[in-house]
Amino acid sequence: MSTATLDKLEAEAQTSHNIKVTFRVRRFNPEISDEATWQDFELEIDPKERVLDGLHKIKWDLDGSLTFRRSCAHGICGSDAMRINGKNRLACKTLIKDINPAKPITIEPIKGLTVLKDLVVDMEPFFQAYRDVMPFLITKGNEPTRERRQSAEDRERFDDTTKCILCAACTSSCPVFWNDGQYFGPAAIVNAHRFIFDSRDEAGEQRLEILNDKDGVWRCRTTFNCTDACPRGIEVTKAIQEVKRALITRRF
Amino acid sequence: MQIHKYDTVIVGAGGAGMRAAIEATKRSRTAVLTKLYPTRSHTGAAQGGMAAALANVEEDNWEWHTFDTIKGGDYLVDQDAAEILAKEAIDAVLDLEKMGLPFNRTPDGTIDQRRFGGHSRNHGEAPVRRACYAADRTGHMILQTLYQNCVKEGVEFFNEFYVLDQLITEVDGVKKSAGVVAYELATGELHIFQAKSVVYASGGTGKFFKVTSNAHTLTGDGQAACYRRGLPLEDMEFFQFHPTGIWRMGILLTEGARGEGGILRNKDGERFMEKYAPVMKDLASRDVVSRSIYTEIREGRGCGPEGDHVYLDLTHLPPEQLDAKLPDITEFARTYLGIEPYTDPIPIQPTAHYAMGGIPTNVQGEVLADNDTVVPGLYAAGEVACVSVHGANRLGTNSLLDINVFGRRAGIAAAEYAHRAEFVELPENPAELVEKQVENLRNSTGTERVAVLRKELQETMDANVMVFRTEQTIKTAVEKIAELRERYKNVSVQDKGKRFNTDLLEAIELGNLLDLAEVMAVSALARKESRGGHYREDYPNRDDVNFMRHTMAYRETDASGKDSIRLDYKPVVQTRYQPMERKY
Ligand SMILES: Cc1cc2nc3c(=O)[nH]c(=O)nc-3n(C[C@H](O)[C@H](O)[C@H](O)COP(=O)(O)OP(=O)(O)OC[C@H]3O[C@@H](n4cnc5c(N)ncnc54)[C@H](O)[C@@H]3O)c2cc1C
Ligand code: SF4
Ligand code: FES
Repeated sequence: MSTATLDKLEAEAQTSHNIKVTFRVRRFNPEISDEATWQDFELEIDPKERVLDGLHKIKWDLDGSLTFRRSCAHGICGSDAMRINGKNRLACKTLIKDINPAKPITIEPIKGLTVLKDLVVDMEPFFQAYRDVMPFLITKGNEPTRERRQSAEDRERFDDTTKCILCAACTSSCPVFWNDGQYFGPAAIVNAHRFIFDSRDEAGEQRLEILNDKDGVWRCRTTFNCTDACPRGIEVTKAIQEVKRALITRRF
Repeated sequence: MQIHKYDTVIVGAGGAGMRAAIEATKRSRTAVLTKLYPTRSHTGAAQGGMAAALANVEEDNWEWHTFDTIKGGDYLVDQDAAEILAKEAIDAVLDLEKMGLPFNRTPDGTIDQRRFGGHSRNHGEAPVRRACYAADRTGHMILQTLYQNCVKEGVEFFNEFYVLDQLITEVDGVKKSAGVVAYELATGELHIFQAKSVVYASGGTGKFFKVTSNAHTLTGDGQAACYRRGLPLEDMEFFQFHPTGIWRMGILLTEGARGEGGILRNKDGERFMEKYAPVMKDLASRDVVSRSIYTEIREGRGCGPEGDHVYLDLTHLPPEQLDAKLPDITEFARTYLGIEPYTDPIPIQPTAHYAMGGIPTNVQGEVLADNDTVVPGLYAAGEVACVSVHGANRLGTNSLLDINVFGRRAGIAAAEYAHRAEFVELPENPAELVEKQVENLRNSTGTERVAVLRKELQETMDANVMVFRTEQTIKTAVEKIAELRERYKNVSVQDKGKRFNTDLLEAIELGNLLDLAEVMAVSALARKESRGGHYREDYPNRDDVNFMRHTMAYRETDASGKDSIRLDYKPVVQTRYQPMERKY
């Protein structure tokens, strides 16, 4: 029961390897000032810990007013998307050792949504765009008594887009969305894709019409920021392309 | 302060809350108050599956499922409730499929099923495939599907509203629910929600442990709000320790991994579960497996330099199977441990996972004020509640089931009650308690820090009331908790603002954890037997003569304002299954 990686992991865990890092955090609290500022925090932390652990260290030991959202701490609830060293990531899924801790680690709120306090942004416009694509199964006719049948291939067809945790990392990394918040944004399209390509759903046409809008899929300029940002590894750009293609061919 | 009026108010938007909301919204004017955005709820973290005897892949029936649930719960399960759970499971799964849930499929297109701990064919003969699943993301799919259907039904949500108090008014000598008090995170404003019915669906309380699979936000707020208003908490000593948490972090690796063929091994590579559970082996019930792991560790067969963990070995499974069936947990191992589950076994240890106890309810979800009196207008469902379908130990996949079956029942019952009932008058000064709590914390100049107290609490809980307990260790915990509760009075927060003051809310959450930890420890001390998740080394056997009964814990306050816990007991409902020794 031993492998090289495992031995290394177990040996390293025995001793503490704390290093010094600087968290450079974008602070904003309109109760105090209208200006956002940068604040540096010096921490001693094990580089195998998460950025979220670092933020907790600040909040719990140094400055209780530092404000951010979080819940699950393992990349499943979508609460803590933020810009870490200029890239959108989940703080709980980013290990300090992987983001060059020799230099100050910059942490900012995600872009394109109004900042309310520190790393907390207004998520309402994001969820509104999601709700606008009718993100629920629509079927016609009588309900079967048992489950609807679906082949394993048909199920596989939309598997990728079922993984979305609505963290907004994609939408808030999109330059089109930064320029114009009216654009539905990648996350809403991902969630429309999840139903358009579900063989059980019968409202694909309607959803495609919604996305055919001037603020819909055609605004996408295929910059791939969204795909790079997605912590669930969803091929976001590909999903958007598939929706575009379905709009042209009306086949899905 | 704002006052709102709704027929039905639901506290929590996890699986139980949203399942209730879908029913209640169709039938009554409903508001859902939730401290997290609905899709952030911890139901989304559930991985392995949801049990239902669909018999899609092999022979199965709900009666076998009922039996397994009762046996799994070490006979502390109320058997009438377990029967409802197992019977209604089938429709609960089919309903979710019709709502759009993307289950994994069998070759002929029906919902696929897999094995899970404690679920067996014909009363324990062999493991049965009963868990309906969507890869290792079943909870995520349930949460998303329910949220999608809430959007469809136009459910009204108040997001980032923390319910901090339950309002109760006595009418003609009967305690009735009048509504709740909520704190709005964005503004710091207090809101009174007057409602004919209130449904608690606010989830678990695992954050009083250090190594836990639970989210930071699982702090037992609902349990604490009811308990502080004199309502009982049932069976709080029963907490489940899941065998396979990531070593030192506690992040869960689903039992589905063993359902797919994963094996637990000690440092010699031995498949040690064969010794402890010859038939079910790695798929014995969770309390049995967790104790076996710690026995291996204590007897010097643990892994690593400190011998403090064992391995979950998936290396013999084909990579394609891992990718298709267990994609998320294998990614957790890669992300957080830097190891490759195709080739490396994964270091694991038991992790605090699930509260079997909670707010006592009957099978309609009505909350009980004592052993039989219902509190009119008050309901609870999901992990916050204790029906009790899980007894002393919950079977894997029975909680996702519980939240759907009893969430639905509570939502319907609450809305129907709202139709026939009148609004109950609010107590005078309804926000008083919360106002005081908030102001005291905001203005306190005390020297104690929330993070320090919480850490000490978690450490004492891990050390003293985890998998193995004795009179000695539990007493240590009781004393420590009393000390922490004293020190908590002297706690202060640094953020004095109104806007998004999570510093303040963490302090309030800690207060809830402390209250509930005390109830857990005191209930555990009094239960001088071993049953399911509650294992006393000084009383290693189950004692049906003295302890075949539910614990009911009440807070009592004496004239001088000092509070204490009074324990009472409630009989277990037994229908057709006589308690037997539990062997796997
Ligand atoms: C990692 C993990 C894996 C699991 N896997 C499985 C599995 O495979 N199968 C299975 O059957 N079970 C599983 N479980 C157990 C199961 O997932 C949970 O017991 C269940 O999802 C709980 O659902 P709930 O609706 O009761 O609570 P939650 O989903 O936790 O929701 C609680 C809700 O209450 C709200 N809330 C909390 N406090 C307040 C407050 N003060 N005011 C307002 N709102 C509040 C929150 O915002 C949230 O919306 C797992 C659990 C974990 C932790
Ligand atoms: S697609 Fe990915 S990045 Fe976008 S919201 Fe969903 S999970 Fe987040
Ligand atoms: S805290 Fe849940 S995704 Fe990071």
